Amino acid sequence: MTTVEEPAGPAGPAAEERPIGFGRMKRKEDPRFVRGKGRYVDDVKLPGMLHGAVLRSPFAHARIVSIDTSAAEAHPKVKAVITGETLAGLGLAWMPTLSMDTQAVLATDKVRFQGQEVAFVVAEDHYAARDAIELIDVDYEPLDPVVDARRALDPAAPVIRDDLEGRTDNHIFDWEAGDRAATEEVFSRADVVVEQTMLYPRVHPAPLETCGAVASMDPVDGKLTLWTTTQAPHAHRTLYAMVAGLPEHKIRVISPDIGGGFGNKVGIYPGYVCAVVGSIVTGKPVKWVEDRSENLMSTSFARDYHMNGQIAATRDGRILGVRVKVLADHGAFNSTAQPTKYPAGFFHIFTGSYDIEAAHCEVTGVYTNKAPGGVAYACSFRVTEAVYLIERMVDCLAAELGADPADLRMRNLLQPEQFPYQNKTGWEYDSGDYPACLRKAMDLAGYEELRREQAEKRERGELMGIGLSFFTETVGAGPRKHMDILGLGMADGCELRVHPTGKAVVRLSVQTQGQGHETTFAQIVAEELGIPPEDIDVVHGDTDQTPFGLGTYGSRSTPVSGAAAALVARKVRDKARIIAGAMLEVSPDDLEWTKGRWSVKGDPAMTRTIQEIALAAHGALELPEGVEGHLEATTVYNPPNLTYPFGAYICVVDVDPGTGAVKVRRFIAVDDCGTRINPMIIEGQVHGGLADGVGMALMEFIGFDEDGNCLSGSFMDYLLPTALEVPAWELGHTVTPSPHHPIGAKGIGESATVGSPPAVVNAVLDAIGVRHADMPLTPGRVWQAMRHGQVEAPQ
Amino acid sequence: MQVPASFEYQRAQSVEEALELLGRFGEEARVLAGGHSLLPMMKLRLAGPEVLVDINDLTELDHIDETGGELRVGALTRHRTLLESPLVGRHFPIIHDAERVIADPPVRNRGTIGGSLCQADPSEDLSAVCAALHAVAVIRGADGERGVAMADFHRGPYETAVGAGEMLTEVRFPVRPGSGSAYEKLERKAGDWAVAAAGVALCLEDGRMTHVGVGLAAVGAGGLHAEAVQELLEGREPSPELFEEAGRVASASCSPVTDSRGPADYKRHLAGELTKRALRRAVARAAAPAAAVKEG
Repeated sequence: MTTVEEPAGPAGPAAEERPIGFGRMKRKEDPRFVRGKGRYVDDVKLPGMLHGAVLRSPFAHARIVSIDTSAAEAHPKVKAVITGETLAGLGLAWMPTLSMDTQAVLATDKVRFQGQEVAFVVAEDHYAARDAIELIDVDYEPLDPVVDARRALDPAAPVIRDDLEGRTDNHIFDWEAGDRAATEEVFSRADVVVEQTMLYPRVHPAPLETCGAVASMDPVDGKLTLWTTTQAPHAHRTLYAMVAGLPEHKIRVISPDIGGGFGNKVGIYPGYVCAVVGSIVTGKPVKWVEDRSENLMSTSFARDYHMNGQIAATRDGRILGVRVKVLADHGAFNSTAQPTKYPAGFFHIFTGSYDIEAAHCEVTGVYTNKAPGGVAYACSFRVTEAVYLIERMVDCLAAELGADPADLRMRNLLQPEQFPYQNKTGWEYDSGDYPACLRKAMDLAGYEELRREQAEKRERGELMGIGLSFFTETVGAGPRKHMDILGLGMADGCELRVHPTGKAVVRLSVQTQGQGHETTFAQIVAEELGIPPEDIDVVHGDTDQTPFGLGTYGSRSTPVSGAAAALVARKVRDKARIIAGAMLEVSPDDLEWTKGRWSVKGDPAMTRTIQEIALAAHGALELPEGVEGHLEATTVYNPPNLTYPFGAYICVVDVDPGTGAVKVRRFIAVDDCGTRINPMIIEGQVHGGLADGVGMALMEFIGFDEDGNCLSGSFMDYLLPTALEVPAWELGHTVTPSPHHPIGAKGIGESATVGSPPAVVNAVLDAIGVRHADMPLTPGRVWQAMRHGQVEAPQ
Repeated sequence: MQVPASFEYQRAQSVEEALELLGRFGEEARVLAGGHSLLPMMKLRLAGPEVLVDINDLTELDHIDETGGELRVGALTRHRTLLESPLVGRHFPIIHDAERVIADPPVRNRGTIGGSLCQADPSEDLSAVCAALHAVAVIRGADGERGVAMADFHRGPYETAVGAGEMLTEVRFPVRPGSGSAYEKLERKAGDWAVAAAGVALCLEDGRMTHVGVGLAAVGAGGLHAEAVQELLEGREPSPELFEEAGRVASASCSPVTDSRGPADYKRHLAGELTKRALRRAVARAAAPAAAVKEG
């Protein structure tokens, strides 16, 4: 259970297996990617295709006095100019968001954030479209903006959403979880209470491929085909049907190769809708692909949680309770994507991995004059914020008690015998051995030796820090009775067909953005049926070819669709048993399964392979009464519970005392995602997430000036870490299968993004001896914290 | 995809032709060398020249020669060429220090020394390096050429002594015995513009520092050519106390502004800290040139 993986790298585990089922194998999709042969939305080129560009607001908050499009319309290559007024005539000026708010497709009354969509130009080529948007003359009357969420509820604050009936303030929701009275009780008898205010700043998923769409409305059959960057093609199709009034069977959404999503591609953006309208208006296909600045300034950001945490403990270090107040900045429209019942996502898993007596949280959501969003960037519906909060609070408590952060965690971790564990805010953790995981990370790190080295260095004035985090995730939403998005239940279908020659096709509702679905799902079917993964085609991302389901985000592909794939394969295996019985002229009850074949019990020579059975299923063999021919099945998987991956991370940093520059020297990550389908893919996911975490902790930040101008609209200002900013990752793992999942697998896609930021921050603060400083810990902010003992929240 | 507005494109085949084109189109024309600053600005529509005069065929501007006690570097010399030149490394390790941290390899493959200096970004590394080395910029126009000291070359952010119808053709560096130099840059991530940077060049003559040059980047007016620090050090013997004093003077003599790279007081601190570090390394290299070559 506690085997240690060698770090994967050029000199890592060279021996690639050729598994028929689970095991280390290279990704089936990579040959096309490494050859530059991926096919992304921007690669779609249709005859007669036109190009769209969006005119965006230069102001964070302004009234639109007038829009003059005449000069743009006079441009010789322009085919259409669409404004909010045009859309209002079609009933499309506003669209519903995934949080049941409304969002302007193109602004009609006011602009509410810098970068908001104001007009859409369709032209013969992209250059002309871009030129023509500069010919549109918009007369704005600037209004005072609300930039700081902490001022949003001031009585004097301007009302951003005056489009909403009866709206007199910028308040969106109040939400709470846990037991307030019980929490107050444990706090009242605690020896020690530590309080810390912290901001999880606004960051952006910044996928390599920006968002875009090619819309083609066929004027002959009235069918709309939409190639688009979406993580949830089926949900998008249903929403287009509901919003635009188009019949659902006349809409085909195709999500081709996607160059990274991280939650950025869950929602429907105005540009997609404009491309559709553009195609309807012109009768031609219309392509719209945003540029990098548009992506960073207008699409779904992540976090922006102002948190105040309190942790109560005994003097000897037993954690009693945690309570949190959150002010959540949702931007100008409440477009966050999470299950309907949970406006703060799954933030209420902030009790983390600890045996706590009571907990309570209150979250208030507000509008500001900033881009809408909030749930994105591999956050598992705000588990990122929750893990950051608790893991920072535990370190603050350790500082207060003078305790070692590892000892304090070990002392309070849930014990294996406590699972399934009902936490104090409503979650049922499925399985885990937390102490073994932490111990393993400490052993890999050489924790005690690191502390000795740190002490020696401190004597010499050198700043070295060691930071820990221990996270518990909750991923794989539904079950459907508790979890839906706009009323669509979070359950996913899967279809499997075995062809006569024993090759197979499996059709999924989820959509890969780089997670390796074409390999992982082939391996799941291979494990269940014994058909080699290379003989299994994985079809996804096309609503005309795949069953309904809610898509890929919140690490839900393997927990939900992975279960569906295993179960549909078991259905096929059961049918194969009946057919094998007919072939061997024995009762199916007399057969036993070994991977890839049914054999007569006690007579292994009497056997039929799955390939032989497939051929017979399509052949002339007489089948038993009531058994249909062919070898295929469908299923819909409704998860009974979420899965709870966890991990222990240790980060080692060196800080330059003269400049505040942070060097991440080592990063040890021990993950437990239950059954490991393809360790190579898991390691890749963890590597990416750890880099995300280093980026968020040290450099990523979407900033605004006091007028609401976005200061992070390019990669010159929005910094992403590269190989030069991250260490060679040191990975380990433990395996605690999920008891309720058909193959015992838990999600892994977001674990490292969720778990790593607090480890990095804890390490930096450990190095400089400061209790708290908000991310991003750029050299300047670290230096300020060293000099002043604290640093202002970033703006 | 970000796309520029339309523009005319001319590919010059000689310096004379380039000057003729620049003279004809005046303020509306921009020289295209490596293009790694100009083209992004055009794509963001922050720059909209009507004509680009491409000088990439002018191989006579791509050279590194040692002659007459000077190292003469053509304006079209790529960053990569500078970085790979042993001659440059031997005389001016500061240039190799800087080139290693200028942007990234794709930019260094195309970007040129002339483009860097003429872009005149206040955070640009080679401007500070050339200032520290007391380099002379050679500017050619219809009426011939003239040499301009680096202190006079920069007129302010994005402004240089190169006038309409002129172009920078060469940068000349004085070669002196007993010299040492170093560049220290603090960036938020690899390839970023400097939060602050300091370049120091000097000679050791009989244990005393001479021909001292100090150039600071990204710390506002008064930084690029840190005369007060130079005057403090000139003719003095190196000592830890003097280095501390030099750091204090560097901090005091610059005027950084707060931005997303850091607050002004931090940058002021960095100006001093990085000046001290560069000074120590420059002196060490001057004292042991063989080690400097090995290190470089």
